[in-house]
Amino acid sequence: MNIHEYQAKEILAEYGVKIAEGGLAYTVEEAVQRAREIEGNVWVVKAQIHSGARGKAGGIKVCKTHAEVEQAAEALLGKKLVTHQTGPAGKVCTRLYVEAGTQIAKEIYLSFMIDRTSERVIMIGSAQGGMEIEKLAVTNPEAIIKIYVEPAVGLQDFQARKMAFALGIDAAQLNHAVKTIKGCYRALRDLDANILEINPLVVTANNDIIALDAKMVFDENALFRRHKIAELRDNTQVDHREVAAAEAGLSYVGLDGDIGCMINGAGLAMATMDMIKLAGGEPANFLDVGGGASAERTEKAFRLVLADANVKAMLVNIFAGINRCDWIAEGVVQAVRNIDMKIPLVVRLSGTNVEEGRRIIANSGLPIITAETLAEAAEKVVRARNDVVAKA
Amino acid sequence: MAILINEKTRIIVQGFTGRIGTFHAQEMIDYGSNVVGGVTPGKGGQTHLGLPVFNTVKEAVEQAGAEASIVFVPPAFAADSIMEAADAGIKYCVSITDGIPTQDMMTVKNFLRRFPKEERMLLTGPNCAGTISPGRAMLGIMPGHIYIRGNIGVVGRSGTLGYEAADQMRALGIGISTSVGIGGDPIPGSSHRDILERLEQDPETKVALMIGEIGGPQEVEAGRFAKESMSKPLVAYIAGLTAPEGRRMGHAGAIISSAGESAAEKVEMLKELGVTICPTPSLMGQTVAEVLAKL
Repeated sequence: MNIHEYQAKEILAEYGVKIAEGGLAYTVEEAVQRAREIEGNVWVVKAQIHSGARGKAGGIKVCKTHAEVEQAAEALLGKKLVTHQTGPAGKVCTRLYVEAGTQIAKEIYLSFMIDRTSERVIMIGSAQGGMEIEKLAVTNPEAIIKIYVEPAVGLQDFQARKMAFALGIDAAQLNHAVKTIKGCYRALRDLDANILEINPLVVTANNDIIALDAKMVFDENALFRRHKIAELRDNTQVDHREVAAAEAGLSYVGLDGDIGCMINGAGLAMATMDMIKLAGGEPANFLDVGGGASAERTEKAFRLVLADANVKAMLVNIFAGINRCDWIAEGVVQAVRNIDMKIPLVVRLSGTNVEEGRRIIANSGLPIITAETLAEAAEKVVRARNDVVAKA
Repeated sequence: MAILINEKTRIIVQGFTGRIGTFHAQEMIDYGSNVVGGVTPGKGGQTHLGLPVFNTVKEAVEQAGAEASIVFVPPAFAADSIMEAADAGIKYCVSITDGIPTQDMMTVKNFLRRFPKEERMLLTGPNCAGTISPGRAMLGIMPGHIYIRGNIGVVGRSGTLGYEAADQMRALGIGISTSVGIGGDPIPGSSHRDILERLEQDPETKVALMIGEIGGPQEVEAGRFAKESMSKPLVAYIAGLTAPEGRRMGHAGAIISSAGESAAEKVEMLKELGVTICPTPSLMGQTVAEVLAKL
């Protein structure tokens, strides 16, 4: 689960990481008020959306007067920002963070994440902060420092010092840097974050060390024990179909194609989408209905897939293990009747009680196209989609 | 032979008396697995499905000779149950539980590493369908009837895609020595490579089939192992050619996080390592048949 920059900064501040003075605003008036409350004569108005690279998309504005803060807030609130991380749909900015301007002497990159290969927390730093770390990793891999943390003992001071020295921190700020680095590690570990990234961490003209940006991504599976984190969820930043799916206990990802899919199991879902593509079609979505697909869940899944106006044909591919094909078939028949489905539907059932399942589909009197194999199902749904397009 | 489990393996069920544990314990018993009891803390001394319930895994090991366990405990408590099994001397544990926090799995793996290798419990899963040695024993939640006994060793991340592979092979009369689900989580108990090491040692297994996905480094690592240390041919399918970059597709494992982790890149790297690639998911059985015919 993603959270906003201002939320991550509030968390980090509790862990001893210094942040610039700032405040949250939902309206233009609030933004100006926040600027008035903050001393100094430079303010930064930052769009709060769940994406990096906001600066390039015009989501971060440096202001010299309260009037400029007002203009910046007017320009950003309610605006859709498109970055390379949001995809073409972009994300709507409904919150602003107004922050005191910082005199930057040095920009550093610092992040922590759970590394799948070593199964440890990895701390990554670079003295060349502010830029895209992915590019730096390719062009100048030596400029990136990686330190692995032994899970049983946690991050040690010597490791934090090693990172601080590698980042070019002066001896005078060493203790502050160590405190910052250890605070970040503790925040990741204590709160079940998978990723914590500060880009940039800056040394200011006054020799202070400040987190100028902050990104935290939390483990969805651990939210049951992180109630305060769970409350930070902002559904305005998530595709509304994915929100609806999550509420129904389904796993859905909207895509750009026009063949709707309902499949059980993430691996089989991806394989089926690959088959659709190989047959010349484009999947409209990824949808994993999971193990226990009841009739109610099946109908919810159908509604979710068909809510996408692009969908011209739909494929159901179920390999029943714990499930039974006859239950799935009944759910499909019921869903098609209740929804009064207008587009072609291809159903492929396999596994437990398959004969009974196929009989239910055949006896339903509904114009459902059936298939026995994965390849046949993909070919039939692509053909059905092409027929719809040809007739239109 | 087969690997990990056979008809003699003494199995216990952790989370035995719960609804899901009960259902699948019965399915495993019906399949012929040698289930000797189960563990539900606080219900020790009772009888469930005609078998003894123990308070601790240790008691199950001491009193029922348990060697393998299957975990159906809810995600919040599953890591603890897995570590209890390792501590009690269980040799092989399957965790079916889906949704275990990543940091809990980090703790589990760290805990397991403390044991000397020869005494260390093997863990597969979490978030998997389990393991089956067809015709011998089932330690999982798969539809047992789609698997026939034979000489293909299977390792895969996805449950239903594993069923699809087994079904395609059965249609061609090809059977399986052992099929192992390693699950889709970011930190799995065992990797593809861990299972391939065992399949290589199994005299009954002639060909290994690896069913992988986008995300993570482990398919390519397995490919490297196959090139360097395996005498048996490795066939692989990688799901997710159409998955858009940077999007999470259900499995936590199915996320493209860095270079070399997309399906297309993995396929290229595996080809270079001499692995036979199934060009489409509908040709898993066919590809295995072709490789088998060349032996």
